Amino acid sequence: MLQAIWLIPLFPFVSSVLLMVTAGRMPRTMVALLGAGSVGLSALVVLGAGLEFMRAPEPFTLTLWHWMQVDGFNPEFAFYFDQLTLVMMSVITGVGFLIHLYSTEFMQDDRDYSRYFAYMNMFVAAMLILVMADNLLLLFLGWEGVGVCSYLLVGFWYEDPANGAASRKAFVVTRVGDAAMALGLFLLFTELGTLTIQPMLEAANQTWASGDTLAALAALLLLGGAVGKSAQLPLHTWLPDAMAGPTPVSALIHAATMVTAGVYLIARTHGLFLLAPDVLLLVALVGLITLLLAAFTALNQHDIKRILAYSTISQIGYMFLALGVGAWSAGIFHLMTHAFFKALLFLAAGAIIHCLHHEHDIFKMGGLRKKLPVVFWSFMIGAAALAALPFTAGFFSKDQILLSAFELHAPIAGIGPWLWAGGLLGALLTAIYSFRLVFIVFFGAAQTEPDKQPGWRMAGPLSLLCVLSIIGGWFVLPLSSVFPAADGHHVSGLVEGISIGVPLLGVAFAWLIYYRRSLPVTGITESDSGVALRGYWYRGWDFDRLYDSLLVNPFVAVSSALKSEWVDAIYHSVVRFCQALHRGLSQSQTGKMRWYATSMVFGLIALITLLGWVY
Amino acid sequence: MLLVNLILILLLGGALVWWAERFGDHWPRQLALAIVIGDLLYLLRGLTFIAPEKFALVPEAINPDSWLLAWSAEWIPRFGIEFSFAMDGLSLILVLLTLVLGAIAIVSSWDEDNPRQGFFQANILWTLAGVIGVFLAMDLFLFFLFWEVMLVPMYLLIAIWGHEGKSYASMKFFIFTQFSGLLMLVAIVLLAIVHHGTTGEYSFSYFDLLDTPLEQNTAHWLMLGFFIAFVVKLPGFPVHTWLPDAHTQAPTAGSVILAGILLKTGAYGLLRFTLPLFPGASLDFAPIAMLLGVAGVIYGAILAFAQSDFKRLVAYSSVSHMGFVLLGIYAWNTLALQGAVMQMVAHGFSTAALFMIAGALQQRLHTRDMDQMGGLWRQMPRMGAVALFFALASLGMPGLGNFTAEFLVLVGLFAVDPWMTAAAALGLITAAIYSLIMMQKAFYGAPDEGRNLQDFGKLEMTAMAVMIIALIHLGLFPQPVFDLVQPVLDSMAVEVAPISQLQVAP
Repeated sequence: MLQAIWLIPLFPFVSSVLLMVTAGRMPRTMVALLGAGSVGLSALVVLGAGLEFMRAPEPFTLTLWHWMQVDGFNPEFAFYFDQLTLVMMSVITGVGFLIHLYSTEFMQDDRDYSRYFAYMNMFVAAMLILVMADNLLLLFLGWEGVGVCSYLLVGFWYEDPANGAASRKAFVVTRVGDAAMALGLFLLFTELGTLTIQPMLEAANQTWASGDTLAALAALLLLGGAVGKSAQLPLHTWLPDAMAGPTPVSALIHAATMVTAGVYLIARTHGLFLLAPDVLLLVALVGLITLLLAAFTALNQHDIKRILAYSTISQIGYMFLALGVGAWSAGIFHLMTHAFFKALLFLAAGAIIHCLHHEHDIFKMGGLRKKLPVVFWSFMIGAAALAALPFTAGFFSKDQILLSAFELHAPIAGIGPWLWAGGLLGALLTAIYSFRLVFIVFFGAAQTEPDKQPGWRMAGPLSLLCVLSIIGGWFVLPLSSVFPAADGHHVSGLVEGISIGVPLLGVAFAWLIYYRRSLPVTGITESDSGVALRGYWYRGWDFDRLYDSLLVNPFVAVSSALKSEWVDAIYHSVVRFCQALHRGLSQSQTGKMRWYATSMVFGLIALITLLGWVY
Repeated sequence: MLLVNLILILLLGGALVWWAERFGDHWPRQLALAIVIGDLLYLLRGLTFIAPEKFALVPEAINPDSWLLAWSAEWIPRFGIEFSFAMDGLSLILVLLTLVLGAIAIVSSWDEDNPRQGFFQANILWTLAGVIGVFLAMDLFLFFLFWEVMLVPMYLLIAIWGHEGKSYASMKFFIFTQFSGLLMLVAIVLLAIVHHGTTGEYSFSYFDLLDTPLEQNTAHWLMLGFFIAFVVKLPGFPVHTWLPDAHTQAPTAGSVILAGILLKTGAYGLLRFTLPLFPGASLDFAPIAMLLGVAGVIYGAILAFAQSDFKRLVAYSSVSHMGFVLLGIYAWNTLALQGAVMQMVAHGFSTAALFMIAGALQQRLHTRDMDQMGGLWRQMPRMGAVALFFALASLGMPGLGNFTAEFLVLVGLFAVDPWMTAAAALGLITAAIYSLIMMQKAFYGAPDEGRNLQDFGKLEMTAMAVMIIALIHLGLFPQPVFDLVQPVLDSMAVEVAPISQLQVAP
């Protein structure tokens, strides 16, 4: 089975190509079977390969062909399989299959049903290549591949130009990070002579001492790629807009898999980041600041998908925080649990939108607890896991991150507790905004009547993800051989207690504010400064406005200023000079005998004078 | 003799096609397509007679047997001018590209209502003949002759069958190329005179002239003569301004040939002549050339974004992409040079396809203005999907040929100049900006329901499929091209430094 892992990305790839070539001529049932079935098949192969691998866990490389071989640059088309790969593949194909199944019902009335599955399958294939790649060039292929599929799916409903703008923004903003990452690849290859990840990390270890400038630069450039793809500060602005795509797309790409690629990249190259402690601290700080900024913004959104989008940014911030403090396994653990509960939340949100005539505004929902019970319980469980309430999946992973952060002492002594406190504030906010959502959408007075109920293809995946969001925390990831060993936690019971208690406090706040409406907060929120601050948060701290005035508008201005081709003005002036000369000379051609005779005389005189002067 | 026949078939074929005009309009194009495909098959058949190990042989100047094919005959012995043709891996790849894209160019104008169909097709064939001559000529005088041969029919294609601004565009094209070509002629003659001065013999043979000892100053001036001619054709910034006009005004087949093949003669010239003939001078000049390359990459991309004319956008994207070729050539190590050659091939396909789409749009909508398009995906999904593919290729999607090329150029360049690489990497971002805005304006958005448009048919889709498969092949299995080109890079008089010996500037 292990030798057959190349089938895993191949199934969805072939399915995608078939769907593209048939271009909508295939019957819908067939499309659904192929679209969801291919990912299901991949999931089965992953399962089989995983079971076999875990009996004798020895990482191995499977080379398919020599990609290129030019003067020492010889990346291969090869897959690397270890425990980390296995975890990532399981999430991608497992959650991916559930989302595909859900999509078969969610998208059933769409006229571009087959195009949808073509893109989704291509995405799964690219994402699998990303996590299976044994070298950074192949990883980059997957990396760009998922970016393109994300672009295509965000702009899936292309007739609305707003969706087109959102999709282009998603692609171009992440491309900024990708360009940095490409430079990182150039640097790594030039310095270390290979892009194959494992030998490269070894070479890095031998070439660079800890704290080496070039190591830091390389890590920084890779981080650039990671913050782009994972929507972290300062390249996070594309993700909320990316919600323009169909909701299952948001669940798969913009919550469970693609946006965590940056986390995977850093975890995969952690050997390099360990050589650059300053950059590693930067990773933690980026994560912390992002998670706080995004949590404040999530608290002030009206659109159910945008709340979840900001929540995703915030949760990936936790993963970055984990990576930054060296809690590699905890980061990947949170990546997995987040994939479960965030996919669940998005799919549940999708079900609401599906059943509520495409309504996105949470203040136009309300009272849905009785009307959509399956969705309610899904959402409830998802929100509990997101808020990290005890015994949910999110609790275990987030707890590990916070405790690891608390224990960080290097490179700045005493920084750990501050990171912990920041993360805790984020946890409080997370609990508040998750349950704000629950209380507003499912309790209170009904605003809009659902016109249908989710069928089994939607309810089934929701139920399964509910189970995973609860029991996912008990999974023990076999990552101990991939990452440097982490000590057990030695924090006091008080710290642990606070870490557990704060989310509960957040739920209590949300209950008081949004359910009982008994907490006197309107005095603050409705004051002038309160309104201004909430507006500022609502606009995502005005990052879009900043980038528009700093980058977008200048670019457009420069391009329209250059459009007239000033370079051509030089050539045109040569042309005008020649024309003027031509006009001047042709005026001497009058056709009058007298004029010619006179000019001949003067010409002869001039010539003779000239000759006399020369000799 | 095969090499000569290759050219003769096209030259005589052109005359035949012109004559066939009298039997009706469909005769010339069918005949032209048959001739180009026949020429291609003739070449492929000829290749099977070459011993396989010869493809790995380093082509040496003194030994014609080390070339894949070589042929020569006396022409003007008094000045040492010969009919001398030879083919190595580099010229083979470019000749193959020329013939494939030539066939595609003929297909691209299949349904167009061009008057004087026979003369139109004849000019296409003659242009191809000139280009192939350029790729094969090993006598500098003969090379110059073909350089001119490809110019005239191309000029006619634009001037006669072009669009609304054809006379301005064709004249501009002609003057730019002609003027820079004259500089090259002067440089060629001077080089021959210098060679005569040292050896006492006149010769225009590439092989003889290779080792001409030159004073530094002379070498610089002569090198510039060649460089300017080639960089105009490439086109490099700031002598690119003929290109947007020529492309926009040319008929579809003209644009396809112009962008797909003609630009490559400039890059080929730099590789074949400028670097090997004047290695020292070129090395001195490399920083400036690379700067022009970076400028082209970014300037072309910014201007591409500014356009509302579909064809003009693609034309400026060519300026940007060919900037990578210039960068790769003057970064001057194996990786970058391989990347530059790969970019020549990959850009040939991707741009030819985009121009073909532009032509199809103009034929259906009678406009190239993207502000009057929008929503075309709904009405022409096949064309939309194909355009999407080539837009992605052009923005450097890994797994497709253009990415292989740009990545290698940049990897190679990084070892030489990291800052220049960082600047050129901005091109990766800007390429995404203009490619995606093109898709948005033309194919996305709400469709104009009143339009009734014909999607791509079987013939067009076949041509597109050829190019799609080619780009995927170059992206995933590029090794055959590398293997063909590697001996040529090894052979060039320039010292091709392996990257491992280069030091990175900190």
